[in-house]
Amino acid sequence: MLGYLIRRILAAIPVMGVVALFVFLLLRLTPGDPAAILAGDNATPEQLDRIRTSLGLNEPLYTQFFTWIGKLLHGDFGVSLISNVPVITMIGNRIEPTIAIALSTIIFTVIVAVPLGVIAAWKHGTWIDRFVMALSVIGFSVPVFVIGYVLIQVFAIDLRWLPVQGYRSFARGFGPFFERIALPTLTLSFIYIALIARMTRAAMLDVLDEDYIRTARAKGIAERGVLLRHALRNAAVPVITVIGTGFALLISGVVVTETVFNLPGIGRLTVDAVLARDYPVIQAMILLTSGIYVGVNLLIDLSYTLLDPRIRY
Amino acid sequence: MTASTTATSSAPVVLDVNDLVISIGSKPDAHRIIDGVSLQVRQGETLCVVGESGSGKSVTSLTVMGLLPKKVLVPTRGKITLAGEDILAASDRRLRQLRATTMAMIFQEPMTALNPVVPVGKQIDEVLRAHTNLDARTRRERILAMMEQVRLPDVTRIFKSYPHQLSGGQRQRIMIAMALVLEPKLLIADEPTTALDVTTQKQILSLIRDLQRDHGTAVLFITHDMGVVAEIADRVVVMRKGKVVETGALDDVLRAPTMEYTRNLLSSVPSLIPRAARPASSEPIVLETESLGKVYRQRSTFGAAREVAAAQNVTLTLRKGRTLGIVGESGSGKSTVARCIVRLIDPTSGEVRLAGQDISTLSRPALRPHRKRIQIVFQDPYRSLNPRVTVGETIAEGPVNYGVPHAEAIKRAGELLELVDLPADAITRYPHQFSGGQRQRIAIARALALDPDVLVADEAVSALDVSVQAQVLDLLDEIQTRLGIALLFITHDLRVAAQICDEVVVMQHGRVVEQGPAGEILTNPQQAYTKQLLEAAPGRHWDFANFRPVNVQSTLASPGAV
Repeated sequence: MLGYLIRRILAAIPVMGVVALFVFLLLRLTPGDPAAILAGDNATPEQLDRIRTSLGLNEPLYTQFFTWIGKLLHGDFGVSLISNVPVITMIGNRIEPTIAIALSTIIFTVIVAVPLGVIAAWKHGTWIDRFVMALSVIGFSVPVFVIGYVLIQVFAIDLRWLPVQGYRSFARGFGPFFERIALPTLTLSFIYIALIARMTRAAMLDVLDEDYIRTARAKGIAERGVLLRHALRNAAVPVITVIGTGFALLISGVVVTETVFNLPGIGRLTVDAVLARDYPVIQAMILLTSGIYVGVNLLIDLSYTLLDPRIRY
Repeated sequence: MTASTTATSSAPVVLDVNDLVISIGSKPDAHRIIDGVSLQVRQGETLCVVGESGSGKSVTSLTVMGLLPKKVLVPTRGKITLAGEDILAASDRRLRQLRATTMAMIFQEPMTALNPVVPVGKQIDEVLRAHTNLDARTRRERILAMMEQVRLPDVTRIFKSYPHQLSGGQRQRIMIAMALVLEPKLLIADEPTTALDVTTQKQILSLIRDLQRDHGTAVLFITHDMGVVAEIADRVVVMRKGKVVETGALDDVLRAPTMEYTRNLLSSVPSLIPRAARPASSEPIVLETESLGKVYRQRSTFGAAREVAAAQNVTLTLRKGRTLGIVGESGSGKSTVARCIVRLIDPTSGEVRLAGQDISTLSRPALRPHRKRIQIVFQDPYRSLNPRVTVGETIAEGPVNYGVPHAEAIKRAGELLELVDLPADAITRYPHQFSGGQRQRIAIARALALDPDVLVADEAVSALDVSVQAQVLDLLDEIQTRLGIALLFITHDLRVAAQICDEVVVMQHGRVVEQGPAGEILTNPQQAYTKQLLEAAPGRHWDFANFRPVNVQSTLASPGAV
């Protein structure tokens, strides 16, 4: 187990290395002079020179790469070309809303979707099952921004229960924080509830066909025990996989929601950086997202060993 | 011989199934899966329900337990009385209370019948928690005592073990402990030993018999295996297509079956007495292995790699037109040897010679021309044929790969289907349109399409009903006579081996224990393990096909009878 953990962490190093190399080359191999790209159209030769020196562009490529990696390892992701603020600070300022929404979405989704899937599988073929599946199709097919605007119209404008947009840090109290992430969470949850409810239902249907479910029933155990103790735990592995990858996707996929609700998160930071060609920010965001994917995948694999005693690394 | 001493016809009836009809759906004209079945099981008695697949024996038992899929299979007539209580009229809640307390069930596959993610002790504990108010300590003591009763070793360790850490026999013992921990009046055993090796089967059968004697349990024992019936039954019910064909005491049914179907069923059971030996052959050797071995290496981060020898030092010879059997229990390495010979896996040592040439180390391209000389038929005909390809294309695929024009290969496929006694129109149909036996014929036709010198049959008749099994064995025999093909026959079933093999190789733990002419090995084994295997063969004291007990003197199978 410990050996496996060490191996997996070691294996993550080349993965991140390849990502870093790609991110590095992104800037260096784009046609044209990176300094010119960075400086923009109206730069003076002196400005270009300064940028070249500051980026070490006069050094050989591999020296540049290792210098850059060395800085990364010390937490130095460079300085934004637009705002001149260190990238790490920018991300630090913007990450809280994104993490908050991602976490609340995942928690809300699991609370809603897993029971829905279990019930749909249990009542397989009945109207309950069909209702859950229909909900899931709607969740998949309605665009996020439509859901967002409909929710704003209903809960913020018509009913006036919740604010239309904006964000309050958790540090400034749970009430205002909760009020402002409720609608974004609901909005974002739709598609994940659809996905995870379907997944849970499919996994449960497979498991409910298994012989040990018949054994459990033959023991005279109540249906609830059969479903939760015997079926759900066996169905958990594929469901956890989807929840995990869903979480990783959330971090990088909240752009629309952040835009609709005017939240200062890293999704919008990324879009702004791409539009402004703020390369250091883009680089940092790519690295951050890949890092989250690698980390979440490791956690998923480790969770398997807790769920299924047959899986031992 | 059987437990008949404990059962008397005056004992109270525990289970009474009367004129039961089960239909698909509840419409009055719906197809009947079970059609007017009646049977009784008395306290302390074992009633064996025998029948081939589709006879309705499992559906009957699931109905008693109230475990039928709701609204799919519906009891539309009849009555089931368990210890005085009408089961079909009972509520779901009442049925749940009756399960494990009054009636309990064990299933065929101990591998899949236990929840893989829950320790086995906890799974037994669930029964006690659902039906009693005992405290944790009493429950644990009771479970451990029950585990001792089913003769599990080291019960405190096994209590905490997960199913995958136990052997098949141990898992079935856990199932039995779980079923009997509350001392139910009725135990339903649905093919409980079918998935087990013969030696384990023997232990489990005697365990069920002993527990029955101690607790006076009524046992409804479902099986397709006449050998098992002869071992355990007091009375027998023969079922076919949802109807009871014949009922009677064990001896009466085996000695003097009154119905044609029962006679046929008994006649299909292959005899343990080897068929008359064919004269020694001087035909050329088509297949030889020399010290063949296969070692699996498991890599490990820390410490040395673990090695598992699945087969070692296997040397065998097969001549044209002859049949060589490899027999052994699961894990003996018999399938590994077969797969090495066909080069589906690569041997790690030794040689495999096809007509004199070593193919054990040939590269894949170099092996290609030799592939057609040796073909394999697998165990499960439901999974070994591609469901989306027509039978004709499946058979023609091999020859087409070797350059035969498509039209010609299809024509040949038609001829082969005729050879294996399938209708010519089978060629355009898909595998799911055929029964298990027919599919196995298709698999044989596919293997023959390449005109191989050697046909490897890896448990090729194990998944088939006895009557179908007899037909497929006859077919293989006929093909051998007509084509002069050599057969390498892998089986765990000594009866089958006795009826088809000229020579036999007995394997255990990856090694050859004993080898020689089938007539000698199966009647006068020299090695303890072979003797043990023969001893464990269920129903070996019955000569089913001739409706009489075996004359022990003539078999020499029992030790000391030589």
